[in-house]
Amino acid sequence: MTDFPSQVESLRPQLVRFARTQLRNDAWAEDAVSEAVLAALEKPQAFSGLSQLKTWLVGVLKHKVVDQLRRHAREATAVTDEDAQDLDDGLFDAHGHWRTPPVDWGDPEASCNRREFFEVLEACVEHLPPAQGRVFMMREWLELDTAEICKELQITSTNLWVLLHRARLRLRECLQLRWFNERPAPA
Amino acid sequence: MKTMKLLRNCREVTHLVLEGEDRALSGAERLSLRLHWMMCSACRNFRKQSDTLRVAVDRWRRYRDEG
Repeated sequence: MTDFPSQVESLRPQLVRFARTQLRNDAWAEDAVSEAVLAALEKPQAFSGLSQLKTWLVGVLKHKVVDQLRRHAREATAVTDEDAQDLDDGLFDAHGHWRTPPVDWGDPEASCNRREFFEVLEACVEHLPPAQGRVFMMREWLELDTAEICKELQITSTNLWVLLHRARLRLRECLQLRWFNERPAPA
Repeated sequence: MKTMKLLRNCREVTHLVLEGEDRALSGAERLSLRLHWMMCSACRNFRKQSDTLRVAVDRWRRYRDEG
């Protein structure tokens, strides 16, 4: 594969973006991507095309990203004011009833396959507070279970669940505002 | 022996649905959800939204990693 360096270079921006969404730190992301690309340089003959190379690089990147998270566990789990904000008072009244009842989003198939929807979803994930964003991506992109996440980040399961719950509530709200309000579900 | 609380308000039901994303709920917990959903369309919608979000995130991951 003579054009191996240019293939790697063409995939790099995407890899950096993936790593940044997960790590929320440009320096860590650069390190993780560089390590993944270095690993690919060890075996350039092993890839028969760009899509195969991408699949392989993404797989290696996920491991390198976990290494970064482990190495920077304390910073990665530092809770910002935004992370710490309790969302319940905004969502529920004193009796535990919804202040604004969730609405019907309609048929998921109508949205879930569209590129525009994925772009909105990605923007919403990137807008999560940093600690919430990291654990959410560990769960959903790296596909680690909660015990593995607790182990890598050295946090308790209670802390993890609070972060994951808030992340999911924020994502729901973000999608409501940025996608479903723009495109009302059919009656 | 402590008896599991069966009737929950919307806030409690929402927390349980969120926990269900990351652990298996007990029979009593699932029953309390079903009983609440019989009475509450807002929480039924929340559950459906959670289902949609799960499907969406799954497809988003594949779209990024394989697209």
